Amino acid sequence: MVLSVAAAITLGPADVSLVNVRDVLLNHLGLAEVPVRAAKDAIVWEERLPRALTAAAVGAGLGICGAVLQSLLHNPLADPFLLGISSGASTGAVLVGVLGLGGTAIGLSGGAFLGAVLAFGLVVLLAQLSGGGTDRVILAGVAGTQLFSALTSFVVFAFADSDETRGVMFWLLGSLEGVRWDDVALCGAVVVLGLALCLGSAHTLDAFSFGDDVAASLGVHVTRARMLLLVLTAVLTAALVSVAGAVGFVGLVLPHAARFLVGPRHARLMPATALIGAVFMVWVDAVSRVAFQPTPLPVGVGTALVGVPAFVLILLRRRRAR
Amino acid sequence: MTLEARGVRWHRGGALVVDGVTLTPAPGSTVGLLGPNGSGKSSLLRLLSGTARPDAGVVTLDGAALGSLPRREVARAVAVVSQHADTDTDIRVRDVVRLGRIPHRGFLGSAGAGDEGAVAAALAHTGLTDKADRLWHTLSGGERQRVQIARALAQEPRELLLDEPTNHLDIRHQLELLALVARLPVTSVIALHDLNLAALFCDEVVVLERGRAVAGGPPREVLTAELIARVYGVRALVGTDERGRLSVLFEPGAPDATS
Repeated sequence: MVLSVAAAITLGPADVSLVNVRDVLLNHLGLAEVPVRAAKDAIVWEERLPRALTAAAVGAGLGICGAVLQSLLHNPLADPFLLGISSGASTGAVLVGVLGLGGTAIGLSGGAFLGAVLAFGLVVLLAQLSGGGTDRVILAGVAGTQLFSALTSFVVFAFADSDETRGVMFWLLGSLEGVRWDDVALCGAVVVLGLALCLGSAHTLDAFSFGDDVAASLGVHVTRARMLLLVLTAVLTAALVSVAGAVGFVGLVLPHAARFLVGPRHARLMPATALIGAVFMVWVDAVSRVAFQPTPLPVGVGTALVGVPAFVLILLRRRRAR
Repeated sequence: MTLEARGVRWHRGGALVVDGVTLTPAPGSTVGLLGPNGSGKSSLLRLLSGTARPDAGVVTLDGAALGSLPRREVARAVAVVSQHADTDTDIRVRDVVRLGRIPHRGFLGSAGAGDEGAVAAALAHTGLTDKADRLWHTLSGGERQRVQIARALAQEPRELLLDEPTNHLDIRHQLELLALVARLPVTSVIALHDLNLAALFCDEVVVLERGRAVAGGPPREVLTAELIARVYGVRALVGTDERGRLSVLFEPGAPDATS
């Protein structure tokens, strides 16, 4: 993980070596006084390091959200965006970015966060009104996702010019362009907190593996536990999406990869998913940054391009195992 | 004192599925819940396990209403083996059985000293020790049923609720499984279809018909040709074999109009 971050920092248009990275880090941590050129220092400390760390946090966070939702909803296809969060975020971002709603006060990220929370609230309300079982949650999520995607497209087609469309599209596909240290702090904090809470609920999540009835008979307050964990994943996802856009596939695929490696017990699955997610995301971001220089590829495109073949591979291996 | 239902009544989706049933199993006994499909056996078990609350009447554990007790406390005393417990995850037998220790763990899930012992004992009881590392999806239906029972035993309950545990099992496994349950030093309530199995293994049976308990007592007194004709609508010959055990033989055709 540390090595991945360090290596990822060296990738890019400007030449930076691992030694440079080490020197810059030591300087900023006050552990050494090594002379480094100011330009390199700026690239490493102000640009690539925060970016790599944010990528790690986003990967870890989306991974654990996906793992929690898959267990909670007994659905291997559940991912952090199942509950309308990504499309809600898109709608929020588009409303701010294209229509200028809320002005500069909230910005694209703020709009995305509000949109995501609002969409999630609507989906949960719909699920509760229709009975509240796992399948209702999923159906409500699908409906919510469709609605907000349509709203996003509507706003883009009706009001945006081509430059704005391109900017919004780029953001929608997930992007870590221009992240700064406050983003690192935000993502890091929510991910660490989220991971801690998920680890605390590891046994509750284990109890769900044979369905709600078995969970209830093992002493789990099913409705309450599910709602708490859904809200937790929603807030976590919304925060990450507001920084990095709708990065797809990480939350869907990586939990499966982690299960494949460490088994289904959540006390081990959660840290494993977080770690794999972090490393994966750092590398995909680094590669998307340099693959089509000087034009960066949206990182969401990279995750899907790498993620889909990986997913197919897992499916095939599982079939053989059965 | 034990798990008891007094006059419980439950409307489920508009239909009255349990209608004023009282069940007071003697501690350590094995009680069979009998009755045709839709007579309310599973629903009564759901009320007893606390997964559903009765609309009227009360289910008590050691005299306290089930709904007023923390779920974890209930789960430490009452274990449930339901009909359709399945999973998509690649989970090993030992880990399924470990699930039974969840109600005994603290908030952060630190494993107590007794945990692995209880898991090992549950595996041994159900004859699964040498299958502990098998994956769930490689097991047969009978093995899965036994794993669920092992999981329930790992809860170290005083009360065991089983919903048609012999479904999909061959005769040998049916016999083995019920012999295991009857041997356990816990109070068991078992929903059963097979009247001969009920006669063999249950200390008491309760017969349900459209949500009502229409008969109850030792199998020998309850399972008469008249009752079987009335409740199941089937003609039966009830006798005792040469070793004095009750046996029920069914005959094709509708029961006589007189019975």
